[in-house]
Amino acid sequence: MAEFLQFFFSGLTVGSVYALVALGFTLIYNASDVINFAQGEFVMLGGMLTVFLAQAGIPLPIAAFVAVAITTAVGFALYRFAVEPARDATAVSLIMITIGASIFLRGLAQVIFDKRFHSLPPLFGPEPLHIGGAAILPQSLVVLGGATTVVMLLWLFIDRTLLGKAVIATAVNRLAALLVGIDTRRIVGLSFAVSAAIGAIAGVLVTPITLTSYDVGTLLALKGFAAAMLGGIGSAVGAVVGGLVLGMLEAFSAGYVSSKYKDAVAFIVLLAALLAMPRGLFGRGKVERV
Amino acid sequence: MNVRALMAQRYVGLTVIAAIVVFLPFFFPSAYYYRVAALVLIFALAATGLNLLMGFAGQVSLGHAGFLGIGAYSVAIGATYFAAPPLLCILAGAALSGLVAFGVGRPILRLKGHYLAVATLGFGVLVTIVLTNEAAWTGGPDGMAVPRLVLFARPVRGADAWYWIAAASFLIGATVAQNLSDSPTGRALKAIQDSEVASSMLGIDVSRQKLAAFVISAVFVSVAGSYLSLFNGHITPDISGFFRSIELVTMVVLGGMGSIVGPFVGAAVVVVLPQTLTVLHEYEDMVLGLILMGLMIFLRQGIVPSLAATLAGRRT
Amino acid sequence: MTILEAAHLSIAFGGVRALDDVSLVVDASVVFSIIGPNGAGKTTLFNVISGLYAPLHGRVRLAGEDVTGFAPHRLARRGLSRTFQNLQIFFRMTALENVMVGRHRHESTDILSDLLHLPVVHRQNRGTREAARDALARVGLSEAANRQAGTLPYGALKRLEIARALASEPKVLLLDEPAAGCNLVETQDLDGVIRSIVKDGVTVMLVEHDMRLVMNISDRIHVLANGRTLVEGTVAEVRSNAAVVEAYLGVHGTNEAACAVG
Repeated sequence: MAEFLQFFFSGLTVGSVYALVALGFTLIYNASDVINFAQGEFVMLGGMLTVFLAQAGIPLPIAAFVAVAITTAVGFALYRFAVEPARDATAVSLIMITIGASIFLRGLAQVIFDKRFHSLPPLFGPEPLHIGGAAILPQSLVVLGGATTVVMLLWLFIDRTLLGKAVIATAVNRLAALLVGIDTRRIVGLSFAVSAAIGAIAGVLVTPITLTSYDVGTLLALKGFAAAMLGGIGSAVGAVVGGLVLGMLEAFSAGYVSSKYKDAVAFIVLLAALLAMPRGLFGRGKVERV
Repeated sequence: MNVRALMAQRYVGLTVIAAIVVFLPFFFPSAYYYRVAALVLIFALAATGLNLLMGFAGQVSLGHAGFLGIGAYSVAIGATYFAAPPLLCILAGAALSGLVAFGVGRPILRLKGHYLAVATLGFGVLVTIVLTNEAAWTGGPDGMAVPRLVLFARPVRGADAWYWIAAASFLIGATVAQNLSDSPTGRALKAIQDSEVASSMLGIDVSRQKLAAFVISAVFVSVAGSYLSLFNGHITPDISGFFRSIELVTMVVLGGMGSIVGPFVGAAVVVVLPQTLTVLHEYEDMVLGLILMGLMIFLRQGIVPSLAATLAGRRT
Repeated sequence: MTILEAAHLSIAFGGVRALDDVSLVVDASVVFSIIGPNGAGKTTLFNVISGLYAPLHGRVRLAGEDVTGFAPHRLARRGLSRTFQNLQIFFRMTALENVMVGRHRHESTDILSDLLHLPVVHRQNRGTREAARDALARVGLSEAANRQAGTLPYGALKRLEIARALASEPKVLLLDEPAAGCNLVETQDLDGVIRSIVKDGVTVMLVEHDMRLVMNISDRIHVLANGRTLVEGTVAEVRSNAAVVEAYLGVHGTNEAACAVG
């Protein structure tokens, strides 16, 4: 039972990160039909920037805030300089652009920072809590709490503000949104910025547990995308559920089956989702006219 | 004779490359140049294979390096654990890749666009994970050594010998690709890329043709992978990794999809560039990323078709 | 002789019945037209007959064989070909190459021979090129043979699709709004092309909005409205049918309405 709880919580923790990455994917995909592979790099930048800013002497909370801000700007720049100029390219070309961007950011991080692993001090100290026989890091709860807060804030924004409604409108029908006077380019730019912020926050929160380095972004992006596919790409609820489910699947299979193939779980899930249920758990399909 | 008619002559492009390949070594001051050129030709073979899938049939694969890995490790494992002659291993690797491509391609090729892209990516990464984890066979993340190729009872050691082997193989591969281009299968593949609906209404079995392109391209890439492991004498799992796959795709797109000469140009740029920028070695990833972005934003046609269009005075 | 038969075809998308119990019988070497207001289900009918959709109910028989639910390429191999309302041209290939693809079902080489480019492939390519040139000539596109399809004007592209479909030597040719966007001269040329096709023994099924063309060329007309058969008959019978007039114009039959349809 204790073991089960252990896996449960670690699955929930890493699942929260996947959920946030998947949410970022979904936000951008909904606004622009682009699958943004640089999503993982946003998480990496959040963690790495905080580490290096803190090392430079800036107080941790401010370092974290600045790191998120910088990453947000990077997200917007990605849209403005790489995606927007190619807006009429095929879906595959656009994925390649974001892959290029993620490789570029990875390379940049390599040069500006270094190639080592780095950590951040956990918010409530390193002593694990003992719940039901399982040892749970307080930081796990921080990650969970942070993720939940982000999701709720996002929901409030979409549901309660005019700008949020404009985002939905753009997602549903870009042409119609344009005709109604919504500046869709700004909306898409906003979605990139917000996704970057979400990713960066996830990075800051989870670094005390999983550490960070210049190349954590790639695998995260792939797993986040798997989670988004599982939940149904285009569905925010699906992204969150998909992320948590994927995290659980990973943790339980690592614990009960084989920890060597932990990383493979996400890809098996991805392939299964793509082949067996392309709409995912919550997604809606599109109809093509001949 | 105007430029366009000249270029339309079927084997012109290949003849030009063959000439380059034959005369280039006269300019090589050291073995190092043979090495780089051999690498270019090996990757050009792989890129030619991927081009059949992406350029002709129009199906994207972000995981084709997985077949590099299968080809490479077939040689490594076969030679090390079964004392099998490398040539046999190359063939076995190609056959295995073909089988895997057949099995994986059937379901995966039903997907389109970015779903296909990500599914192939997943495949490539899974191959890497398996290669990394089955350390008992593969030597794990540090890889394993590969015995030297032995031809006619003599070990093939020098970079110059490999240069000629790679050159011959690439030219054969490119000729095969060119043959395919000017054949019913080739036309069917190109048609599928432009309109699957119309193609099927003309009697083309779209799924079967796509699968054929996938399998053939896997075989090309597998052979290139086998060469890589024999050439380097050592192989690690990241030969089948995500970055390798992206490099392959970059070569194909850079050179120009669907052109026969393109893969050679693309491979040349992607392989030679890091060599010339040895000073900027740390910046390799940044440069690759920038090239990829720049390509897809500004020069989606690739170098060779754009050049060809300019020479023919035609706007694309 | 009956070449194509559709019996009680029904298909629905979402909750909408696009075709509801549609039946028709087409004789060989005739022009069989399908008309009806927008949204009547004409293209859907074509899509079902040509295998793009499988019907919910009903059967399709081609030359006596039950081909219901067959994939398009299997139907094409049995002599069914079609053009598309929204031009499915291979834009990146030349006009000639487009038509050469049309010869695919008559080409007999396998992938291995193609890879090795055995002499048989070489000879076959020559034959294919010849046949393609002939097809282009029939629709008057010979000078455009080596031009990239994407550079050709709309009217030429419509003719190119017909040439491509003709190159496959079909028994039944489905033309989906071939006169759309064509001017008077182009439509008259089209009239001539269709007549010559039928004279060669091909059965032509036509979906068209251009009533002048339909009335001039059809042997039989099948009228669809809201997915259902309204009436079927000769040109004269359909033209004077009050229900047809009403379906098109939504008003009670008047003289001017009858003139508009005819």
